[in-house]
Amino acid sequence: MSILIYAESAEGKFKKVAFELASYAKKVAETLGTTVTAVTVNAGNVSDLSKYGVDKVLKVNSEKLAGFTAKAYADVIRQAAEKENVKLVLLSSTTDSLYLAPLVAVALNAGYASNVVGLPLSTSPFQVKRNAFSNKAFNITEIATDVKVLGLAKNSYGVFENGSSLAEEDFSPAIGENDFGVKVQSVEKASGKVTIADAEIVVSGGRGLKGPENWGMLEELAGVLGAATACSKPVSDLGWRPHTEHVGQTGKPVAANLYIAIGISGAIQHIAGINSSKVKVVINADADAPFFKVADYGIVGDAFEIVPKLTQKLKEFKAQNS
Amino acid sequence: MKILVCISHVPDTTSKINFSNGDSEFDTNGVQFVINPNDEFGLTRAIWFQEQQGANVTVVNVGGADTEPTLRKALAIGANEAIRVNAAPTDGFFVAKQLAEVVKNGGYDLVIAGRESLDYNGGMVPGMLAGLLGYNFVNSCIELKVDGTNATVAREIDGGKEIVATSLPLIIGGQKGLVEEKDLRIPNMRGIMTARTKALTILEPVSAESNTKAVKFEKPAPKSAVKLFSADDIDGLVNALHNEAKVI
Repeated sequence: MSILIYAESAEGKFKKVAFELASYAKKVAETLGTTVTAVTVNAGNVSDLSKYGVDKVLKVNSEKLAGFTAKAYADVIRQAAEKENVKLVLLSSTTDSLYLAPLVAVALNAGYASNVVGLPLSTSPFQVKRNAFSNKAFNITEIATDVKVLGLAKNSYGVFENGSSLAEEDFSPAIGENDFGVKVQSVEKASGKVTIADAEIVVSGGRGLKGPENWGMLEELAGVLGAATACSKPVSDLGWRPHTEHVGQTGKPVAANLYIAIGISGAIQHIAGINSSKVKVVINADADAPFFKVADYGIVGDAFEIVPKLTQKLKEFKAQNS
Repeated sequence: MKILVCISHVPDTTSKINFSNGDSEFDTNGVQFVINPNDEFGLTRAIWFQEQQGANVTVVNVGGADTEPTLRKALAIGANEAIRVNAAPTDGFFVAKQLAEVVKNGGYDLVIAGRESLDYNGGMVPGMLAGLLGYNFVNSCIELKVDGTNATVAREIDGGKEIVATSLPLIIGGQKGLVEEKDLRIPNMRGIMTARTKALTILEPVSAESNTKAVKFEKPAPKSAVKLFSADDIDGLVNALHNEAKVI
């Protein structure tokens, strides 16, 4: 009856979302009077999970699972859930976990709620609050099935330490050939760059920056903050920046701790995509830009003057505080 | 190649979102409905296969008669025929069950559905459909090529992309990248005229349960006003981010 989490790792190290998910699961487990079990795939050292309240870990180590294969990974999670007889399976909202969750739900005959924000509102009936309408509203969803799958929205709960004694167990689920109908050929990943998905801070530019040649100052600011760079839709449509940087309703969602919008007016579709970010800062020459209505902090003025000054101040601040 | 494109009928991205009936229903008053953007990228790629590789493209929606204009628009863009499963789309699992039936009976080789719809953002229909049918499935697709029964697909991953090889029958969870924004088509007059005479078949739903229920909606709490700093007071902003917001 334990709660099962899929603790995601990359290159043998847990992602931060795995610890957020563990923290969340621990709290739910306390409410339900049960324990937290994690399943890991080729995760290396799993002891870090004990800091966040995980009681037991099922370690899967397999050459076959070296590349991500959704069907096989979903099969692993299903078998872990069945072995532990769990009623609640929790996943994060990374690209991989979003891919897995519906497969896991069907395999377990489970109802699935994605984009969940906050702890369950009630456990009988089982109700959760989730983001919907592209972050313009919340939707309270009731899951009627015996087994339930939840996808926790990124950065919606936080990471909380909660020590536990971790029981480790090797787990070897059956993985069949028909789990590998989709084969990874190659992976193209920019190395050494902070990705929008992993970033705690995102620095984003809009048409107000006037041209791709002006992105240097934005990248410099991002560099000082350890931030990812992003852009508005018009900027990616104009080809100033790659589509992978387009954030907004039809682009990537952003749920960062800090989102800095420079020269972005704040179209409703843009705001929808970044609204899950905790703190929003806007720098824009137009005091009437809609972004000022949703931002926490703002400066009205010329970005070409303000951004280099801000970068300089932050450099000084970092030097003093490190 | 027979392609099925799943179309979700969603509020236009500029819509103001309101609820009625004690916040239990989405208020459609004054709302313009469109083809879900993630589905439209998939539809446009399907039309490319039709034009370049002789594919036949069917569009399908699970919904009431009010969604037919959206299907007619997809026909005007170039789909060969349309199917409407006559049922309220109560949850993602129910919709996936209906679509699975359509796919099985229609013998489709390739099914393209948006990675998520912009109304409920469930992100579950393509995956559940793949789970129900046992077909190959690639989510968050940003490139798709088909050669005979082999497919090469690029999938967006956090921080890059992954190229995978797979085969038909195949389910695709699509998004921007399948085609670019500039490749999207606005129906022309001829398309609109021919769409009127294309087949729109109405199917009755198969019996299926809903696993989840949307019981209530809430709007975000109103935000407090922005705190402004003058362009000369960068220190003020840095201090606020450090001491007040605690994000740096």
